[in-house]
Amino acid sequence: MKVNDVILQTVTKIVVFIIFTFAFYLFFAGHHDTGGGFIGGLMAASALVLLYLSYDIDTISKAIPINYRTLIGVGVSVSTLTGIGSILLGYPFLSHTFEYVDFPFFGEIELATSVLFEFGVLFTVVGGTLTIILSISEDV
Amino acid sequence: MNESTIEVIVSILVLIGVALALISAFGLIRLPDVYTRSHAATKSATLGVLVTIIGAFLFFGLSEGVYSVRLILGIVFVFLTAPVAGHLICRAAYRSGVSLAEESVQDDLEPILGSEEERRAKNKERHHRSS
Repeated sequence: MKVNDVILQTVTKIVVFIIFTFAFYLFFAGHHDTGGGFIGGLMAASALVLLYLSYDIDTISKAIPINYRTLIGVGVSVSTLTGIGSILLGYPFLSHTFEYVDFPFFGEIELATSVLFEFGVLFTVVGGTLTIILSISEDV
Repeated sequence: MNESTIEVIVSILVLIGVALALISAFGLIRLPDVYTRSHAATKSATLGVLVTIIGAFLFFGLSEGVYSVRLILGIVFVFLTAPVAGHLICRAAYRSGVSLAEESVQDDLEPILGSEEERRAKNKERHHRSS
């Protein structure tokens, strides 16, 4: 018998974008407000888990062809490289700095190097969560 | 708008929201089966949450000038997802053969999905196959 999942799948298509938007909001709000790489990564991972729940693993793995184990590696290397970058410029390991930059459309925005560190945290959290969940759910 | 009118509007909204949540909690206790309980829990609890969030949104918007996009997103999100959650719970309950209340007079899905015993047997078989 063919399973009728139209309601769940249609709502998932809309809701996933709201969750991803909120995840990116939380990620970029982290410097001055509640949020950051960890909670943003968990949010993005929950959106992906919702996709995996309402469709099946094969469909989503074809639609989002990311190997989440490499994502962990990329995240940890990005975070480490931000630390090493400060050594190359002659400061102690993991010294972060920030700069106010004028953009033509957005106005003055504070750019901080700790955002790059948080980016690594986000990738690691997304990769770790989805590696755990997918390796539990897959029949091997 | 002066401070007291804002307070009156916001408190009316929040009180309506709390009353709806209380009514849905009474519905959860009083109603006889899964389907009617889900009816009470999804509809009035969703509306209660929505009205409470609108009250919070108006309070921070009117009295402090902060229009929170997060609260609007929360309204849209709850409005989208809570009925779907109720639908899925009812669907899972019906397909695994949970019986309707004794007062029920009509079951339109029965000719399509089979009687209660058939569904329960099918569910048991599916359970055995997966384990």
